[in-house]
Amino acid sequence: MIAAVATAVATKDLRMELRSRYAAGSVLPFAVTMLLAFGFALGPDRPLLAQTAAGMLWLSATFAAVDLFHRSYRTETEAGALDGLRLAPGPAGAVYLGKAAAVAAQLLCLVVATGVVVGVLFGLPLGAAPVLLLLTAALGVVGLSAIGSLFGLVSVLGRRQAALPVLVLPLVTPVLIGAIRATDAAVSGRTAEVGGWLGVLAAFDAAFLATGFLVYVHLLED
Amino acid sequence: MNTVDRVLTAAGTRTAQRLLGWASVGTLAATAVAGLLLVPPDAEQGDVQRLMYVHVPAAWLAFLSFGVVAAASAAYLRTGRIRWDRVAVSSAEIGVLFCALTIALGSLWGRPVWGAWWTWDPRLTTTTVLLLVYVGYLTLRRVADSPARRAQWSAVVGLVGVVDIPIVHMSVVWWRSLHQEATVIRPGTPTMDGSMLATLLLGVLAFTLAYSYLMAVRLRIGRLEDSAASAVMTTPTPRATAPRRPAAAVDGGGRGA
Repeated sequence: MIAAVATAVATKDLRMELRSRYAAGSVLPFAVTMLLAFGFALGPDRPLLAQTAAGMLWLSATFAAVDLFHRSYRTETEAGALDGLRLAPGPAGAVYLGKAAAVAAQLLCLVVATGVVVGVLFGLPLGAAPVLLLLTAALGVVGLSAIGSLFGLVSVLGRRQAALPVLVLPLVTPVLIGAIRATDAAVSGRTAEVGGWLGVLAAFDAAFLATGFLVYVHLLED
Repeated sequence: MNTVDRVLTAAGTRTAQRLLGWASVGTLAATAVAGLLLVPPDAEQGDVQRLMYVHVPAAWLAFLSFGVVAAASAAYLRTGRIRWDRVAVSSAEIGVLFCALTIALGSLWGRPVWGAWWTWDPRLTTTTVLLLVYVGYLTLRRVADSPARRAQWSAVVGLVGVVDIPIVHMSVVWWRSLHQEATVIRPGTPTMDGSMLATLLLGVLAFTLAYSYLMAVRLRIGRLEDSAASAVMTTPTPRATAPRRPAAAVDGGGRGA
């Protein structure tokens, strides 16, 4: 039941993204613009850019992700779609897992695309450890989505959208630290260090997917 | 649950509040006298170290408050009783105040001892993230468009925050240990004089009493707010009940009412 509801919700969201191309057409350009701005802030010093590349990659992805979290629920407020989610069979947490999975899939594409841009602009050697980097990206986006899919709902039901970043950004501190450090360690060949950070990310993902699954019903019900 | 009810009811009486208020004023004054005049200055840091007698109790209070927020949030989600929401928000407001105070006092202490207002010390960084999470909690409360939603949402954040903080602390500790910067002098002396410890404990007691007092007052305000709000909802406005009068009379005399 849980898997069926989650899959249905996730498939619906991904189909909508495929048709509307919001993330590809609006969120990705936003992330790239931010990267350019970071570049202007740091200056054209190649070693400095390479040193900060991992951080810039995850910062731009995180800020762009906040928009994606909002968007993910914006569409649910139209035509009474939210009531459909409330009436879905099984626990409400299943809807949460579906929303989180769809956002995570979109974010993964976003991080990979942003990563390529960072590779070009900042000289991040992506080829150094592709498997580890992909694993870091996967665990990182799941952590961001676990928090974002929980509180994204709040941003469309409340009176102001501004609460979302204030709420989400402090909570995802461990994801930012873990993902940035893991990325940095992977590209500079410190493979032993990566494992520990992936552990932090996995612990965060597990803790918040479980918490979100349990408490989502309190956000969804009216 | 029954014991909690009794404690809350007892703390709600005016006598209890007055008692708590004077007890906290007394112990705070005693802490100030002991901390500033009676206890000898620190061997290494001198008078600056006296900040400990307020910094450590403030930090304790921040953690106590946020612990209460988490417990009250869980209780609200289990029982759905609005009282637990009032406990949570009262505690969160006090917690944000004392968390900010902790950071400000720590910063004042850090400047002469560490040579900087801020270092990326794990405890300092975690405390700041903690503050931001509960500022987010209070922001969320202002965004909610109905009291029921406000209670539900903030209870979720209250719980999520307490799950988050250990992971934040762990990641910051580790992040720091991999990036060794200039070694900083740790505040506080390894062995503490008996009179210093006694003053510190007195400070902790004083701040805890102050917390109880602030909680009691804030809970009463919360109750009054809620009953005022429901009175507005249930009592018809004078205009609705007043006998119909000519429009001119309403325009002329009704404004000031």
